[in-house]
Parts: sequence; C-alpha cells; structure tokens
Amino acid sequence: MSVENPQKIDTSRLDEILEECGSKKSNLIAILQKIQEIYRYLPEEAMTYIGTKIEDLSPATVFGVATFYAQFSLEPKGKYEIKVCDGTACHVRGSMPVLNAIKSRLDLTDGKMTSKDGLFSLETVSCLGACGLAPVVVINEKVYPQMTSDAIKIVIDTLLKEER
Amino acid sequence: METTTLNIDIKEEQKKALEEIKKQGLRVLVCCGTGCMANGAMSVIEKFKELGANVSVLSDYDKVTIVPTGCHGFCEQGVLVLIPDFHTVYVKVHAEDVEEIYESHIKNGKPVERLLYTDPKTNEKIQKSENINFYAKQTRTALGNCGHINAECLDEAISARGYEALAQVLKENNPDAVIAEIEKSGLRGRGGGGFPTGRKWKFTAANRGGKSYVVCNGDEGDPGAFMDRSVMEGDPHKLLEGIAIAAFAIGADEAYIYVRAEYPLAIKRLRKAIKDAEERHFLGEKIMGSNFNLEIHIKEGAGAFVCGEETALIASIEGERGMPRPKPPFPANKGLFGRPTLINNVETLANVPVIILKGAEWFSSMGTETSKGTKTFALTGEVNNTGLIEVPMGTTLREIIFDIGGGIRGGKKFKAVQIGGPSGGCLTEEYLDIPMDYDNLIKAGAMVGSGGLVVMAEDTCIVEVARFFMNFTQNESCGKCVPCREGTKNMLKILEKIVAGNGEMEDLEILEELAHTVKDGSLCGLGKTAPNPVLSTLKYFKDEYISHIRDKKCPAGVCTAMKTVKIIPELCKGCTKCLRNCPVEAIEGTVKQPHKIIQEKCIKCEACVKGCPFKAIVLE
Repeated sequence: MSVENPQKIDTSRLDEILEECGSKKSNLIAILQKIQEIYRYLPEEAMTYIGTKIEDLSPATVFGVATFYAQFSLEPKGKYEIKVCDGTACHVRGSMPVLNAIKSRLDLTDGKMTSKDGLFSLETVSCLGACGLAPVVVINEKVYPQMTSDAIKIVIDTLLKEER
Repeated sequence: METTTLNIDIKEEQKKALEEIKKQGLRVLVCCGTGCMANGAMSVIEKFKELGANVSVLSDYDKVTIVPTGCHGFCEQGVLVLIPDFHTVYVKVHAEDVEEIYESHIKNGKPVERLLYTDPKTNEKIQKSENINFYAKQTRTALGNCGHINAECLDEAISARGYEALAQVLKENNPDAVIAEIEKSGLRGRGGGGFPTGRKWKFTAANRGGKSYVVCNGDEGDPGAFMDRSVMEGDPHKLLEGIAIAAFAIGADEAYIYVRAEYPLAIKRLRKAIKDAEERHFLGEKIMGSNFNLEIHIKEGAGAFVCGEETALIASIEGERGMPRPKPPFPANKGLFGRPTLINNVETLANVPVIILKGAEWFSSMGTETSKGTKTFALTGEVNNTGLIEVPMGTTLREIIFDIGGGIRGGKKFKAVQIGGPSGGCLTEEYLDIPMDYDNLIKAGAMVGSGGLVVMAEDTCIVEVARFFMNFTQNESCGKCVPCREGTKNMLKILEKIVAGNGEMEDLEILEELAHTVKDGSLCGLGKTAPNPVLSTLKYFKDEYISHIRDKKCPAGVCTAMKTVKIIPELCKGCTKCLRNCPVEAIEGTVKQPHKIIQEKCIKCEACVKGCPFKAIVLE
C-alpha cells in the first residue's frame, strides 16, 4: 500500500506523536488529530503503523475510528480548508448560495472537493456556533462573518493573489 | 462531619484581586467572543493600545486599561465596547472609531452618539446597556460574568467571587449537604433532557469509595446553539469551579471536559484556566489545603453530533467510535472506563457555584413550578437582535422574540420558531404566549433541547426546514440501530421527493408512520427525537405540505422545483435569443412574436431568464 502512497511517512515523527499524546487506546482521537495536522489527512500507512504500535488496537479499529468522525479525512485536504457553516441559522440566512459560489469559483463538484492545485478544499459543517453572524465561512480558523456569494469570491480571489 | 481548615482565605484573595482591578483605572471592556473576534475585536484592541491605553491621564482616573472579555451576547451588534464606569455600551465599533471614543468620551467626557445602539422601534439612541431591551429583559446567572471579566485572567474571576463557592464547600466538608442543596434548588439538566441534577449526583454518589469520574459535556453539536461555547470562552473558571464542586460531592478525583473541535477558542481558554488554577491550588492536589484532589483533562471531539449523547460521549473519550450504548447500565453505575461517572452539561455545571453562593431558595424563586432558575438561549434566524440571552424559565416566546429580539427583521411577518435544534420542533404564533419550560414545550411538541431558538419569517419554507433537519440527523445517525439508520434515510427520501415537487398524498401517511417507528424504536436520544421536526411541522403546517404535494406550489416561494418559468407576452419582443439559448429546446416561437415555454420540457435552468435582454422571462 505504501507504493500507492506518494508521501513517505516518517515513522520517527509518528513515534514522537505517540510519546507526546501518550501511547494509549483512549488517546487515539488526539493522536489522529496530530497526524492530520501534519499531513493534512490521515495516510493509510500512518494509521496502520499506530494500529500496530498501540496495545489493544488493530489497524482495522484505527480505520473504524478515523472513518466515524467527520473531522478526519482519508484524502489530502487543501492548504486552505474552507468550511461553510450549514447550521440552522446559517441555512435560514442563505449558506447554500455561498457554498455554490465557492464551488463554481474553484471548479469543485460534490465528489471532488479539493481544488486541482491542492490549494483549497471545501466542506460543509453543521454548526460553528457563530450563529449571530450567519452565514459564516471559516478558512483555516479565520471566521468570515455575514458572507454573500459575492463577498466569498473576493475572499478567495485575495487568497489566490497572495499565493501567486 | 468535621470542618476543614483551608490554607487559602478566599475572601482575602478576593480583596486583593479587587484592589488590583482598581489600579487599572478606567476599564474599557472589548468583547472577544468568537462573534466579535470575527468582526475585528483584535484590531479594535490594537488601536486602543496604540492610542495610549494604560498611560493616558484623565481627571478621575490615572489610566485606562483595555480588558478583552468573553461573549457579551449581543453578537449582532459586534464589536461591542463597554465602559462600565461611564454606563456606556458602544456597538458595531471598528478600529477606525476608536480614536473618536478615546478623544471625545474617555478624554473629554462626551459620548460618541453615532456609535450608540439605536432602538429599532423608536429609532432612539440608547447609551446604557440596562436600557436596551435586549439586556433589560434578561436575568444572567450562568452567564453572569461573561462579558464583564477578562476570561483569561484568574484574578478577575476571583474578583467576581470565583472559587468562593468551592472554598465554602471544602470548608464545610459535607458532600451530602452539597447534593441536598443542588437537589433543593430544582436545577435540571441544561443539555436538553431536563433530568434533575441533584438526583443524578445522588445516584453517582451512591457508588462512592472507588474510582469515579466527572465528565462535562461540552459537545454542543446542535446547529443554532452556542450557549456552552460562550460559557467556556467567557467564564472558564466558573465551569471549572462547578466541575470541582460536583467532583467533591460525588467523590471523584478526575474529570474530563469534552469539547467540540469546532471550538478552538474555548479549548485554548479552558487549557489556560486549568493551568492557572492549578498553579494557585484551586485545582490539582490538596486544593486550597484540603484533602480534595482533582485533575481536569480536556478531550477534543472530532466532529460527531451523536457524541452529545452521554454513552456515545463516553465511548469517544475512551478512543472508540462514538456510538451510544444501551442503558442500563447507567453511567452513574458503570460509565467511563467502566467506573461510576457523573455527566453534566456545561451550563448545568456553570449554575452550580451560583446556587451554592446564593442558596437553593434564591435559585428556585425563579422559574416555573417544575423548571427552576434561568436558561440560556441562542437567539438566531430572522430576528433583529441575534445573540445569546439568559432568561428565567417561564418567560414566553413572545417576550424573547419581540422584546429581547426586537421583532422580525425587515418588517417581515413571523411564521414559526424552531426550538431545540434537530431534536425539537417548530412552534407557531399561537404558542408564543405559553410560559416556556421543559414540560410545557414537550406538551407542545417541541423541547428546550440545548436552547437554540431559530426564528423563521413568512419567506421560510417549513417543508424545506423539515428536510434540512432530517438531512442533518440522517447524516449524523451513527448507524448502530436499524430504526434510526434506515428510518431517517427513508424519511429524508420522502421529504426530498416532496420538496422536488414529486410528492404524493400517501407520502404524508408513510412519513408519519415512519416518524413514530423511529421515535419509539431507536436506541438513543438522537433517534428518539429525530422525527420531532417532521412531526411538529406536520401538525402545525400540514397545509404547506399539502400545497407542495397537491398544488405543486411552495407558499414561501423557496423550493425551485415548484416554480415555473414564464414569458410575459407584453414584454417579449420575439428576439429568439432564449430559444437559441435553451439547452433542452423547451421554448417555441417565431421572430417578432411572443415566445412560449413548453413546461413539460423545461428543466428550470434559468438560462433564458438570465439571458433575456428585455427581462421578459421570470421564474415564479
């Protein structure tokens, strides 16, 4: 499986994470979060590695946990992770037009939510708890309040400009 | 039981903290909740600092101190700046406005009129927060300090009586008396269930002796709710104190706070608060010199709504898939790592120190017969003043929406209020005057839930809202039990069919039958309450479902599938542009003659609507 995976996993880095979080089954979620922070997704090789390293765990269990929680991604996320809030308040105040504007600006479709250049990935989240500012978009932890389809395009264009 | 002598005199600490605060001179509070931060609170603070806060001299004050606080609740009007000594609240403040506040008000005592709140009804400018309806009608208990103290500073928490209740409890050294006091107060679980808190503590305390845990449920997953986030961000020490009192009462020495990963600021502030409290021996070993030890851990969630259910939350802390477990055994007997565990919601625990300080009688004097105290609500949707509020139980929805919330945005007509998130229901105008408490809402077909109130106006489609909630619960169903897994899927299918304009009358019967099966047959709270939004809308808005199905019309004008594309013959010049643009050849006509749409072929792509140079084509 490592043949299919272009990114080489540095197991010494994984050992460091295990050391830091505590190599225990109950810390599995925290460990996976750390791994995702580094690779921007959970590489299969890394999951297999920690599944064999931690007592009472198997790679299958790790995979089971990783696929259960919405936060974990088995595919690389973009450098800019765009989260469109689709909680009730945002939905009522029009989060869907914002989502569609991002999709069309970055040429994304439902099956393919990471842009070709790997810069942006898009997801909807259920509620970010910033309902007073609905509709809300979060890009890498920065909150953009009261978005409209035009405003979000400007935000993305600004980020694109910075990248060039 | 013998009393304990503590080596920290909390009253003395309070005095010292208050003296320190006095030294700060004029305090200018800047709201740094998630909402105001997004609106630029940090640049407002930077600007104040740049202009010489901390150094400038006024007549009565020797300096100005800028205090970043937690959420003040009035998120709609952020960034909020408060100057308590001047009895002034400024709204919608931007970095550019800071200089004027500084020069005009702080230096020369003249308030900046244009930055004051404008009453939407009278158009009057209001300076004092207590005169603004949004604040005037609230009673803040759990949120008492939120927005008034620096959330990241332990001394400020102490100055606001932080850890005084814990000191009192430790000194008296009578855990059973603590439980009795909480029971007497009538406090019920604020996470939605409404189970009497004192009784829950009693059940867990019955297993005293061995290892047991306190778990604080901060997995506020309900879309449209952010009360717990505000407590964790705005007054983390109050939560920690509540946890400590609970742990002391049930005999636990370890606690977990499970926080959603979507709340990074809350996690950061809680971490700092725990560290600070441990350094001063308000947490950790031998707290304040007593024999009580408590270690508090933070566990970050990873995005699963079902983890708000207590047994699923336990599974998640243990590092497993967050799936609920059948009850019994109840967590009070066999919970985290198989040990007795007390699970309470953030807001419940934040009420505990206040109850201990002010007494059970004071707390139970507020509220209704069966629901005591106050409740926080997140008021959102089509209402003028969105934000976080706290009112006594028994307040009516009308007071909340029209007095505190300032009525419906843009002069639209009220249609419904969705209460209790995906587990709750939609209530109509006729329910606006019932006193809100746990039992009355259940009777009306909704529930308090975690306290999300989403107000909907005439242009919100109720069927679409029901579909939205069903889509949410279906996505979040963990898949363990069949009624929830398959039932929600099929309910969603039917709702999608209706919204798409393909519904049949018999669908309504099937939908209702499925709803009852899911409600009765599901393992945990998620499934048991998932059909509520459908059932309550079927009850109060059946005619809206029927017009979607029978007349193929969406009364609110939201569902595109229900709309038809029309050419207005008087405006059509017969230029044939639409005819050429149409991808499915659904338009017929000849040059210089009004064209016509062949409705059977039309896919409502709106290519013709957008392309018409005479605005002669409409979608309605």
